[in-house]
Amino acid sequence: MADDALNQPPVSRPPGPAAKPARPNYREPWQDPNAQPYVQIVGVTKTFGPFVAVDDVTLDIYRGELFALLGGSGCGKTTLLRMLAGFEIPSQGRILIDGVDMSEIPPYDRPVNMMFQSYALFPHMTVQANVAFGLRQERLPAGDVRRRVAEALELVQLSAFAKRKPHQLSGGQRQRVALARSLVKRPKLLLLDEPLAALDAKLREQTQFELVNIQEQVGITFVMVTHDQDEAMSMATRIAVMDQGWIRQTGTPAEIYEYPQNRFVAGFIGQVNMFEGLVTDNQPDHVLIASEEADATLYVSHGAEVPAGTVVSVAVRPEKMAIAGQPPDDRHNAVQGIVQEIAYLGDHSVYLVELPTGRTVRVKAPNTTRMTEMPVTWEDHVWVTWRPDAGVVLTA
Amino acid sequence: MSRKGFLPLGQRMAEAGPPSWPHGLQWLEQVLEGLWAVCLVVLRRLGLVGRRLVVNLPFFWLALFFLVPFAIVLEISFAESDFGQPPYTPLFEWVEPSALAIRINLGNYTFLLQDSLYILAYLNSLKIAAISTVLCLLIGYPMAYAIARADPRWRPALLMLVILPFWTSFLIRVYAWIGILNSDGLLNNFLLWLGVIGEPLAIRHTEVAIYIGIVYSYLPFMVLPLYANLEKMDRSLLEAAADLGCRPIRAFLTVTLPLSLPGVLAGSLLVFIPAVGEFVIPELLGGSDNLMIGKVLWDEFFANRDWPVASAVAIALLLFLVIPIMLFQWAQGRQQERRT
Repeated sequence: MADDALNQPPVSRPPGPAAKPARPNYREPWQDPNAQPYVQIVGVTKTFGPFVAVDDVTLDIYRGELFALLGGSGCGKTTLLRMLAGFEIPSQGRILIDGVDMSEIPPYDRPVNMMFQSYALFPHMTVQANVAFGLRQERLPAGDVRRRVAEALELVQLSAFAKRKPHQLSGGQRQRVALARSLVKRPKLLLLDEPLAALDAKLREQTQFELVNIQEQVGITFVMVTHDQDEAMSMATRIAVMDQGWIRQTGTPAEIYEYPQNRFVAGFIGQVNMFEGLVTDNQPDHVLIASEEADATLYVSHGAEVPAGTVVSVAVRPEKMAIAGQPPDDRHNAVQGIVQEIAYLGDHSVYLVELPTGRTVRVKAPNTTRMTEMPVTWEDHVWVTWRPDAGVVLTA
Repeated sequence: MSRKGFLPLGQRMAEAGPPSWPHGLQWLEQVLEGLWAVCLVVLRRLGLVGRRLVVNLPFFWLALFFLVPFAIVLEISFAESDFGQPPYTPLFEWVEPSALAIRINLGNYTFLLQDSLYILAYLNSLKIAAISTVLCLLIGYPMAYAIARADPRWRPALLMLVILPFWTSFLIRVYAWIGILNSDGLLNNFLLWLGVIGEPLAIRHTEVAIYIGIVYSYLPFMVLPLYANLEKMDRSLLEAAADLGCRPIRAFLTVTLPLSLPGVLAGSLLVFIPAVGEFVIPELLGGSDNLMIGKVLWDEFFANRDWPVASAVAIALLLFLVIPIMLFQWAQGRQQERRT
């Protein structure tokens, strides 16, 4: 994932299935039933009084992953991260790192380091002293400390700033000091709490790739907390989408985007059109759904384990839809409506089409030809269609 | 700020509506307005209007209530003791209508050096103040730390407990300690009742009593600046220290303590400076052999009626103590400025 991320043009774009290259299996240890997870979170619950911050979370993270916990504020992702660091003790459940139960181990004895959202650099120490702080606790020989600090500063390209105090650095430089400080101890696990949140947009994008690059170089397992889906999509090997203390789905960015397992994940990641309907025909290779909302019969070319008569939702991403002035040949997956809004964004346009039922459908169409005159314009009566494999049936 | 803020009172009141002075007191309005007008004229003469007035007001305050009394004391310290009212010779005298005689007498200062009493009293004051400051720090730091780390709901109550003694007169609180420390006082009676001691301890009239009095009286001055400092410290720094393998005690020594040094310094100065010149506590709790410069000063003024020597003692105290501390603080401030 990291290599691909670096080779891609620097835009935060969710990779489609075609862009997903075949990777050797060792890069996807979660596919390998024999692989031993590096970090095991087993039935972990954390309550603060009556409030359940993390609710029975079970999660396996493998060596060398850059794992992202993604969710809105208050979803429990930071609490989970703080339990990995040892700042919070699970109310129930166990956390194992490299096979060792961490329950009784205080933060200062864990093989884990954290990069804080505020960076938490010691203001009274120089950059050098900040980075050396962790090594000094291990009582390493002074020569080793100096060498490893120099290496770490080299890695984040801050060698020239070793003698400065944190307040003499820019936000981006501080972020890199924090990274060097947490990496220099070569932890088994590096935790990153919103690592890029304090940076401005331009620096954030550049730093995303730098972080992934550094992770590749040092080979340390990263667990990152973020509320920014672009950040998670472009950096992570796998993402766990969290909501109200529990994990709604775990998977690669492509899996999360293309095959959301429930309405929450479909709606949280990217944009989606969702149509509610009744399953009328359920075959192993396709499902037919009659949707009043869409005023159409929806055809999904993958099976769903639901009996006929169940109410389900069909989620279709806006960029997988096409817009046309003529009715299509296929009567499935075609809805008609009137164009309400058009946003021309250069490389693509976004159309909002209102169906007779009052529902609005969002269509994202690439502008593959130079447009002097819009083929579709406001108040046009149009047909919106999509391929049988574009929709996803959601039951939860 | 524009001059609009300094409209005459009458005009502002006219804008605000009809005057609301109680019947029969309208004359007061006239008087106040007149005084205001005079003030404005004086201030304008001095070139002080608007922003400059606001900025310069503290300087006027200091000049009036610090520099002027200081100048008077300085003048007296160069005079000679005399019988009469005031009990010292004038410094400036018109010998003839056209000739001004200035008599400066440095004898008071040389006298301070000749009599070892003064130097001993100075040194003893410094010693007592220094030890008291350290004791206050040792007691006050854990207190401030505990309050800063306490549940936010409890902090106001705990701070209130620290400030509460200020609601009673300082003098009364020191008197209360006489009742506690006397040979037939509360403490001795309690210890006798417990059977810990066989006969009353002599605490009052010793240096120990002075330490107890000073530490008790000045502890809030140590706790409050320390609390202010510790309370605003970023807790994630301690988490970062723990995360990097630092045990709590080492984290305190390498992170909390260095970061709280400005608070330690502020608290120590607030205790040390007034403790050096302390008069009431050694007078009421200490013995006759516990020399402190504040007591010597009092005796010179009131027992000996030697105002010039007393003034010289005060000026010497200022020169040898306050000025070095002020310079130190100024240098600190400069350093702080350069750092930020």
